Amino acid sequence: MLALSVAVGVFGVSFGVLGVASGLSVAMTCALSALVFAGGAQFAAVGVVAAGGSPLAAVVSGLLLNTRYAAFGLTVAPLLGRGLPERLVGAHLVIDESVALALTRKDRRAARRVFWLTGGALFVVWNAATLFGAVAGTALGDPEALGLDAAFPAGFLALLMPQLATTRARVAALSGGLIALVLLPLTPPGVPIVAAALGALLALRVQEPAVASSRERVRS
Amino acid sequence: MSWAALLVLAAGSYALKAVGPLLVGGRPLPARLAAVTALLPPALLTALVVVQTVGDQRALVWDARMAGVAVAGVAAALRAPFVAVIVVGMVTTAVLRALGLG
Repeated sequence: MLALSVAVGVFGVSFGVLGVASGLSVAMTCALSALVFAGGAQFAAVGVVAAGGSPLAAVVSGLLLNTRYAAFGLTVAPLLGRGLPERLVGAHLVIDESVALALTRKDRRAARRVFWLTGGALFVVWNAATLFGAVAGTALGDPEALGLDAAFPAGFLALLMPQLATTRARVAALSGGLIALVLLPLTPPGVPIVAAALGALLALRVQEPAVASSRERVRS
Repeated sequence: MSWAALLVLAAGSYALKAVGPLLVGGRPLPARLAAVTALLPPALLTALVVVQTVGDQRALVWDARMAGVAVAGVAAALRAPFVAVIVVGMVTTAVLRALGLG
């Protein structure tokens, strides 16, 4: 939990610094972390804005990245009890880490505790870190000279690498990248990124090697 | 980014997260839909890298930013920490620009 908090904290500070360096106010940067509370989507939205994209493209990119939380929320819903306030608050704390850790517990009570502990702790860490980074970031100099425009694509690559564990994910990444590359000179800004979502659909048709080989075993 | 856009992003994100908890008793997300949402991050993150690296030129012109992103990509592939990847990318780009190379 400590290692996780540090990792999330560092990510949060980066977001705070880059948000402010991209021209957002400290207030807006902090509001993003408090109200959206989803690192990847926040990073994407600010990155799009920093690169000169429209607010619409920024919002759509962020929301597309967050669609997986619909599945996650459904998975942890049984843990959140019957009270409406608890479910309303618990929903906000649905993030990759709180859900993943909760799902490692077989006992429902333990899973529930882990969900709230992880979600709650990371909410505090994420927002404190964002505030710290945002305030520190106001002291930075000229974004162009600092290479800020490379920071966001670099960050996206860092976020992307751990995702490439399965064949399907790799196909999705390759397809998404190619779609964006082809459409970039042909379509208005924002369209290449949204169209790249089709890469996810294409990747669905790919069989994971493990599935194919277990079918072979059954046949013989 | 306007406050309106921020609030739309926040509301939309919360709505996605809350579908489950507020509709408890419903079935889980259909398998195909869940599978697609899990594949969106790799597709979108790659697209974001492409669009933001190529950027305004809309063509593959080698410049300081592209070099920075390439170096960052190597660091990311080597599983360097998040901050290290970003710093490496920024420093590479900044240094090349300071040297007048793109």
